[in-house]
Amino acid sequence: MKIRTVFIAGAALLAAATGAAAQTPVKIGVLNDRSSLYADLGGEGSVVAAKLAVEDFKAAEKGLKVDVIAADHQNKSDIAVNTAREWFDQQGVDLIVDTPNSGVALAVSEIVKEKNKVFINSGAASSDLTGAKCTPNTIHWTYDTWQLANGTGSAIVKQGGDKWFFITADYAFGHALERDTAKVVKDAGGTVVGSVKAPLNTQDFSSFLLQAQSSGAKIVGLANAGGDTINSIKQAAEFGIVQGGQNLAGLLIFLTDIHSLGLKTAQGLIFTASFYWDLNDDTRAFADRFQKQTGRKPTMVQAGVYSGVLHYLKAVEALKSAKDGAAVVTQMKATPTDDPLFGKGEVRADGRKIHDSYLFEVKKPEEAKGPWDYYKLLATTPAAKAFRPLSEGGCPLVASAAK
Amino acid sequence: MFDLIGVPPQALFGQLLLGLINGSFYALLSLGLAVIFGLLNIINFAHGAQYMLGAFAAYLLLNNPLYSIGYWPALILAPLIVGGLGMLLERNLISQLNVRSKTRPLIFIASFVAIFLALAASHLSSGAVPDLVSLVGYKLDPAAAYGIAAIGALLFTSFLSATNLLNAPDADQNTDHLYGLLLTFGLAIIIQGLFVNQYGSSGLPYTIPDELRGGQNLGFMFLPIYRGWVIVASLVVCIATWLIIEKTKLGAYLRAATENPTLLSAFGVNVPRLVTFTYGFGVALAGLAGVLAAPIYSVNPNMGADLIIVVFAVVVIGGMGSILGAIVTGFMLGIVEGLTKVFYPEAASVVIFVIMAIVLLIKPAGLFGRTA
Repeated sequence: MKIRTVFIAGAALLAAATGAAAQTPVKIGVLNDRSSLYADLGGEGSVVAAKLAVEDFKAAEKGLKVDVIAADHQNKSDIAVNTAREWFDQQGVDLIVDTPNSGVALAVSEIVKEKNKVFINSGAASSDLTGAKCTPNTIHWTYDTWQLANGTGSAIVKQGGDKWFFITADYAFGHALERDTAKVVKDAGGTVVGSVKAPLNTQDFSSFLLQAQSSGAKIVGLANAGGDTINSIKQAAEFGIVQGGQNLAGLLIFLTDIHSLGLKTAQGLIFTASFYWDLNDDTRAFADRFQKQTGRKPTMVQAGVYSGVLHYLKAVEALKSAKDGAAVVTQMKATPTDDPLFGKGEVRADGRKIHDSYLFEVKKPEEAKGPWDYYKLLATTPAAKAFRPLSEGGCPLVASAAK
Repeated sequence: MFDLIGVPPQALFGQLLLGLINGSFYALLSLGLAVIFGLLNIINFAHGAQYMLGAFAAYLLLNNPLYSIGYWPALILAPLIVGGLGMLLERNLISQLNVRSKTRPLIFIASFVAIFLALAASHLSSGAVPDLVSLVGYKLDPAAAYGIAAIGALLFTSFLSATNLLNAPDADQNTDHLYGLLLTFGLAIIIQGLFVNQYGSSGLPYTIPDELRGGQNLGFMFLPIYRGWVIVASLVVCIATWLIIEKTKLGAYLRAATENPTLLSAFGVNVPRLVTFTYGFGVALAGLAGVLAAPIYSVNPNMGADLIIVVFAVVVIGGMGSILGAIVTGFMLGIVEGLTKVFYPEAASVVIFVIMAIVLLIKPAGLFGRTA
């Protein structure tokens, strides 16, 4: 009896010891806008998405002890950099995800490289993150300006929209989006007749819309995002831009933008995105779980956070450590990606995650079957063609890999 | 002639008109601030939040499960609701800064906690306590519970004092303006935070009423009828307010209350009540601006925070407390900002502050301010 007790106790102790040894700690920091114009497209929803990924990965069973924390960067690079520094130095964070606002994302990417951690960006758009400013620690997951420009720009020029005027958000993202789209338009034989740079978080776009109206352009390209896009589309309707014979091209549109605008105002808008909740059974199942916790369907940014965290955890499980950021990223690049939301894909040498890209049109109010039924799929661009070719980005990592 | 500076005259007129429209919002908001500051010496940092509340009041009047109320009634009701809330705030919190006895704020805090806990308890164990909130068919979440508790506590405290159950003295000390500023700033942040929590940050749709839909081609620009209406409404309200304060007996009382409250109360005028009503009026102006803005901008919890700083700059440029200054400067700066959007759009968000800095250097009391 006594011997048996001792035996059981010893076995239990042994099990506890091996269990403890196998528990690899992983800390994920969701750094995004939680209060201002980009809070709905990422915000708390991205935290929920990250936690769902941890849950689905069954991290505890696979010997990973995963913590998810979050902070608001308020769209300010200095706040973001300070938070990241504190997370790395004091809290032991291994991975930063999401981080919309390209200006902030570029700053965070630098500090992540300096500390050799991992940065999976889902929220920001600038293609510079995997171009001239690429690092061995950054992966750009969901979408980028080149993809948006190429998808939407070429589709619209093909339909005859060859004279463009841009209303551009005046920071890194807007500039990159305008640059990439203008190039696509010109390559396709179109012209750019003018552009105006509007400060971030502008309430009133009427002045800029009036300039667009008098420019004689056929297409008014909105190189902005979130609240700025919502206000410009709403006010364009008010000023009769479309009745006047011009068309709007929303270069970056999120599900939450359409929800806020209402289908009556947003109908007919054509845009490019990497994800929509109503694509297939897997995305619908995820969207239902997500909605139970947040009250909303996921945006492509939030879906990207889920998918990115999932792939990250696979790499950490294989390496049994999250400490060496560059090694984790190398592992992530070496294994093809596969998840329920984005399907099969890969992470390229420059840090660009590639997957299919979709051209959507916003439904008319009478076409929608219920709340959140907003998009109609027009075309699918296969992963290989959806993103900027590896050789054109100017990423130093690619050059050194080739040597 | 205008072509010399690279912009055709048509475009210039269009931009001037647009500037005037934005100026109407600046004028309405800075007017409310100027009334409150000029007559009560309160720097009301909650003005932006109250403007946002006006827009949300209009939205909730239209989209509630009980009875849907459209734009035109909301134009009256929303300012009344927001102004009423403002009066409760003034009575129970802001004016208490000048009272030594802290009974009233303490009762407010105690009743807030009590109501909140009751709501939370009824939410957790529905059945045991009657679920007040689900009775009105509304799903309770924390933000709503905070809001209901705050309004309940404000009403309860006011009720106690109105029925003389609570015998708190009136103002018996003069606190620095700064405390009022900090208090209203804090309130603004709390209110905005609750609304972001409840409604998200991308805003809610509010459509233009059918009567004001469409637009008019003026030859040099396409003017949406709704925007024209905003200019008219704002001008009417601004001029009416100015007339009331400068030309009527009520206005004379108000001005007298600023100059010498003790003497005025000796004449039998209830000065604290006058102050409360004035604050309520200033806040109602913000609420009205919010309703006017709802169909143009999306109804967004941050809409006030984005605007309030600009409006404060307008008030400073016009001269703190000058009613006429606030109105004229509001329209003027709208135009300046509009023109900047044509010539150098990148500077559109800073031009007002540059002007503010220059005015402060040259004429610190503001363009229309009296030098002390």
